[in-house]
Amino acid sequence: MKRVFVNEEWCLGCHLCEYNCAYANSGITNMVKALKGKDIFPRIRVDGEDKITYAVSCRHCSNPICINSCISGALHFEDGVVRIDKTKCVGCLACILVCPFGAIVQDAEGAVNKCELCSNNSCGSPACVSGCPNRAIVFEERCEK
Amino acid sequence: MNRYVIIGNGTAAVGCIEGIRTIDKAGSITVISSENRPAYCRPLISYLLEDKTTEKKMSYRSDNFYSDNGCTVMYNTNACEIDTDKKCVLTDTSSFVPYDKLCIATGSSPFVPPMENLDKVEKKFSFLTLDDAVELKKTVTTNSKILIVGAGLIGLKCAEGLHAITKDITVCDLSDHILSSILDFDDAMLVQKHLERNGIKFSLHNSVSGFCGNTAVMQNGEEIEFDILVTAVGVRANISLFKNAGGQCTRGITVNEKAQTSLEDIYSAGDCTETTDISDGKTKIMALMPNAYMQGYTAGVNMAGGSRVFDNAIPMNSIGFFGMHLMTAGQRNGELSHTLSENAVKRLYFDNEHLVGYVLIGDVKNAGIYTKLIRERSPLDADTKEKMINTPTMELYDAQFRRRTLESVV
Repeated sequence: MKRVFVNEEWCLGCHLCEYNCAYANSGITNMVKALKGKDIFPRIRVDGEDKITYAVSCRHCSNPICINSCISGALHFEDGVVRIDKTKCVGCLACILVCPFGAIVQDAEGAVNKCELCSNNSCGSPACVSGCPNRAIVFEERCEK
Repeated sequence: MNRYVIIGNGTAAVGCIEGIRTIDKAGSITVISSENRPAYCRPLISYLLEDKTTEKKMSYRSDNFYSDNGCTVMYNTNACEIDTDKKCVLTDTSSFVPYDKLCIATGSSPFVPPMENLDKVEKKFSFLTLDDAVELKKTVTTNSKILIVGAGLIGLKCAEGLHAITKDITVCDLSDHILSSILDFDDAMLVQKHLERNGIKFSLHNSVSGFCGNTAVMQNGEEIEFDILVTAVGVRANISLFKNAGGQCTRGITVNEKAQTSLEDIYSAGDCTETTDISDGKTKIMALMPNAYMQGYTAGVNMAGGSRVFDNAIPMNSIGFFGMHLMTAGQRNGELSHTLSENAVKRLYFDNEHLVGYVLIGDVKNAGIYTKLIRERSPLDADTKEKMINTPTMELYDAQFRRRTLESVV
């Protein structure tokens, strides 16, 4: 299965991935209308400081502690992708309590948001990857350790 | 072909099924379920009261979970006895269910302290099962006056849920502060004030001595009128089945890191067990959902002949009321680093170079990073410790681990 991988040595810390993510998941076709003056809830976040920066999004773990801690069954697997059914999420945030990457955030409505590899929007493949100017974020198949 | 039997059908049972199936795809799995429903998570029931979920949506796994995993579920069935010689479980439906490997995941039951004339209270409820919630919801009207005994996690979530239906809710507790199992007094006050602003009333440091019809006579002489009573004082682990079979237990079933009990071929997981809390080294009942899953999964893997340990349990909670979230993990002792504001609290507790606990109120972003640092007992240098009071990021991890995580399948 293809996943998103990040090479921190190539990350410029430009935060473009955050904007591309929020835009891709906004359902709005105009980027300005989707982002300008709005609180955005990207599912990827650039962390780090000074010289070292890196983008963090869901790792789609093979045995995800978030799914196993989800009280509502909203977090679930679909072909290896950890997905969120927002109609089931009650916003208890147990997933945020346990996710070791800080890859899950709460949205404005109270349900949680997370990367679903753009399988749930019109992009088809991760917008963070296609918009990364330095190929620090890639979408590919890698072997499990 | 192995015959696996699981007594109980909650989170730990689901973990056990999934654990077994990672190793053994063929063996038969029989689940003995006292409730007449597929597995759901107990903490979800308060959300049913406020229509944030429905009975149909509440399942912990998809509709075809049991069939996909080749499980036979005996619904509405209680296990009465474990015959360790014949290796079978006797049920109240007069079946003998033979096992090669057995997992006890019986969970816990409400504990109701003695209160005079409790038996004469007409509308009284526990608040642990989905059936409890369904019955309670049927009974409550917009004019109901509710008294909840117990200001812990269960009682307060019940209060929040009922608040969507009726505004007259009083919560009493013997402790002088709410959520006494997870918060100290000052932090509890912050949460209490928030609940009070939303209309919940409290009678703390006080207990019900008895009932006179629909009036609760409190220890301090106060009288509280109600028409619906909810008892949410606490729970007791369901250990009698195992104890009667001669198994070793104290307040919960004693298990090792592999989730094995003292009896041959019998494992146990979830709220009915006692586990070592690695944040303080003490053995205790940690009736918490993520732990139940992980322990159940561990039991399943080992039952099927694999090898797995669950050796990093800590208490951890995520709970919210009326938009205020709080999370706690580990213990509340040790060197403290904290930031406080009017509506937010962050307390981090250290034992030398280890993070051993935290309390977060208001801002809970990325809390799982702290949780991992506690569970892994990761050593933290002085620089890292200083950064910790900020929103946690993967910067707190060892750089090599961080790079590996971002560059490979985890």
